[in-house]
Amino acid sequence: MTPEFSFEMLGITKKFPNVLALDNVDFKVKVGEIRALLGENGAGKTTLMKVLCGLYRPDSGKILVRGKEARIRSPKDAIGLGIGMVHQRFALVESMSVLENVVLGTKMDALFPLRRARADVEELAEKFGLKVDLDAKAWQIPASEQQKVEILKAMYRGAKILVLDEPTSMIAPSEYETLFKSLIELSRSGTAIVFITHKLKEAMSICDTITIMRRGKVVANCDPKEVSAKELAEMMIGRDLQTEAPQKSVAAGGQAVLEVEDLFVENDRGMMAVKGVSLSLRRGEILGVAGVSGNGQTELMEAIAGMRRPKGGRVTMDGKELSKLPPWKIRELGLAYVPESKRVAISPGLSVSENAILKSYSKSLSRGFLMMKESVSEYARQLVEKFNVVAPSLEMPAKFLSGGNAQKIVLGRELMSDPKVIVAGNPTSGLDVSSTELGHGLFLQARAKGVGILLISEDVDEILKLSDRIAVMLGGKITKVFDRTPPLDELSLAMTFEQ
Amino acid sequence: MKVRLERRGATSARLVALSRLFAVVLALPITSVVFLACGTNPAKAIAEIFGNAFGSWFGICETIVKSIPLILCGVGLTVAYKAGIISIGAEGQLLFGAIASTWVAIYSGLAPPLVLPLMFLLGGTAGAAYAVLPGILRAKFGLNEIIVTLMLNYVAQNFLVYLVTGPWKGKGEWGFPQTDKFPDYACLGTIPGTRIPYVTLALALLSVAILHFQLFVTKLGYEMRVLGDNPEAARFAGMRITYLVAVSMAISGFLSGIAGVGEVAGMHQRLKRGISPGYGFTAIIPAWLSNLNPIFVLPASLLMGGLFVGGDAIQISLKLPFGIVNVFNGTILLLLASGEFLARYKLVVEA
Repeated sequence: MTPEFSFEMLGITKKFPNVLALDNVDFKVKVGEIRALLGENGAGKTTLMKVLCGLYRPDSGKILVRGKEARIRSPKDAIGLGIGMVHQRFALVESMSVLENVVLGTKMDALFPLRRARADVEELAEKFGLKVDLDAKAWQIPASEQQKVEILKAMYRGAKILVLDEPTSMIAPSEYETLFKSLIELSRSGTAIVFITHKLKEAMSICDTITIMRRGKVVANCDPKEVSAKELAEMMIGRDLQTEAPQKSVAAGGQAVLEVEDLFVENDRGMMAVKGVSLSLRRGEILGVAGVSGNGQTELMEAIAGMRRPKGGRVTMDGKELSKLPPWKIRELGLAYVPESKRVAISPGLSVSENAILKSYSKSLSRGFLMMKESVSEYARQLVEKFNVVAPSLEMPAKFLSGGNAQKIVLGRELMSDPKVIVAGNPTSGLDVSSTELGHGLFLQARAKGVGILLISEDVDEILKLSDRIAVMLGGKITKVFDRTPPLDELSLAMTFEQ
Repeated sequence: MKVRLERRGATSARLVALSRLFAVVLALPITSVVFLACGTNPAKAIAEIFGNAFGSWFGICETIVKSIPLILCGVGLTVAYKAGIISIGAEGQLLFGAIASTWVAIYSGLAPPLVLPLMFLLGGTAGAAYAVLPGILRAKFGLNEIIVTLMLNYVAQNFLVYLVTGPWKGKGEWGFPQTDKFPDYACLGTIPGTRIPYVTLALALLSVAILHFQLFVTKLGYEMRVLGDNPEAARFAGMRITYLVAVSMAISGFLSGIAGVGEVAGMHQRLKRGISPGYGFTAIIPAWLSNLNPIFVLPASLLMGGLFVGGDAIQISLKLPFGIVNVFNGTILLLLASGEFLARYKLVVEA
């Protein structure tokens, strides 16, 4: 008899220093089911799944896999039981080929180990719609393909249970469909899939059941056909959602504060990624830059912030040329920068408060060459309070913060630095509903104060919601500028085809 | 009963201290194997080493003498490591400090009262310059500082040998490869009844206090710690990376240079081969033993200094090679590295 449940986690409790991360959680997933695990940052979703995958050991509770009690002490045990996880940060060996990455660490023939593996991997890829160039090096392929490789890796190891941590956070909306198709294909073959997310739409579109977690507890299991997005959101955050549309700027006719003229920028591989971009950002305006990822947005942003030397063209702020200045000078002139990769902006070994002051330590928090201890902790306390950062202690190393909370620090510190211009890349990716709401509110506040905001985001909804004007970036160029909010379809079209 | 490893959530300070202590204590039985192989009773040899180093007033004074250069180099290295620069060039910087101060002592022709202060100033500066070079090469051109600093040690050693066998060879030294003895006004006074030069002792203690303060209370120290922890974050925050690397290396090199001045002006009173039995290399151990905290460089250096003294003693009393001290040092360093692992994982015994 085949068991009904692919796996059952019963009464799982996990304590971290100062926090109860999982509080007596029951979580059961059926064979061939796609399950959404929905919750805010720090709700315990990822922790629960890390317990399943042997990365954390629970303090109490048990796990049954296909009806039998399982002892999962390490990722190796988990793999042996057919449990595979695709993490938010991919774990590929960049200099190796896709095929090598897939078979890495599995049993191989002693001679010509890749020959037999190739046929198997090709078959798997074909079956689940995960086709990738097996001979390309891992660093050469875009994030969406890397994700396919990660899924292939898990399947090649015989995964019967596949856990995906925020699978859509790394790829463009246009690539969701391919991913979802593969996942449905996988579930048909009997794989149980857990889809960790905090995006309601996704959870509702492909999942069979939605489990909602809040503060380490499962608060509800529901059928996506029977609940509305608003109900889900309210269960997630535990209160009513504010759904007022933001006020659009009226002062969008202000003076230009940031000018980009005919900018050319190369990417890491020495190819021209930004090919002659010109933009003008006005005071008190949010200029959204929409585009599918990998069309030069990252390079454009980095060049403006001084993190990457442009090959041609100029960037000026208030008439001062930035393109030749070092990053610290650009920061000092009042350009705030929220990088796409938040890892860049957090110092994991230093404390939460030392991270909180990273952008302001040299101004108000030091006197001469000394750091003012009192003002530092006061500043950190304010930031944590204002931006709702969940941290058990300000002296705790930042590496123990959840991804979303780290991000709140990154965002909060820029907004608190009183900038003239903010350049933000995917500022709310990885944030939960209430923090996104908070983040958006703060951008609008900053705009009202006359700050010019260049918002580069892959989240089309975010762009539409906040922007006064929208520029579309495609193939390294600005292909279209909408002076008022266009309908979604028109924007999507512009993002994929040059008209 | 089964034993397995489990990852720890957070690593407590007490645990780090314990793992450091373990490294030192565990090195004793391991080194004992070497003593046995040499046909000596390990207990006797260890008693001899520590008895000589810490068991008498004379021993303690000698230990302090050997600890001074270790403290200076060790504290300097702590700063460099904290800023994420893995320098192993303290030895070369020490030698350059010694060379520069020798020039001041013998060849500058300055008025006697100016000579000692200038020896320290120029010696420190020479060490700093010799350290800034690999720092800049790394920050600007991405050259690996481990390799560059290591190689520069040999350049300094060979340059020193060239000087003392060639242009600076002393006339009154019966053909030994060394310079003439420094004039009295270029030699350091000692605490009466001991060989401890009080000036360098004071400088060593002062450097511990100042750098502890510098790393944990000043803006510069904060910037260095961010740089060492995540260079990307430092760049993102708009810190001046090249400047920070240069300053960290300058501090490290300056202190190593001062250690070199102390050796020529305080101990040997001339420049020659072998003014340092590898202080710059050995100082790497106290830097790591201290968990990159200047205060703890002090006891760690005393321990290593004691090993130097004890190692000298067993050469005579037990006819053992001095190399055994290096075995001991090496063992500690290896155990330190493994101790890092235990600080991150815990052993769980289950029935």
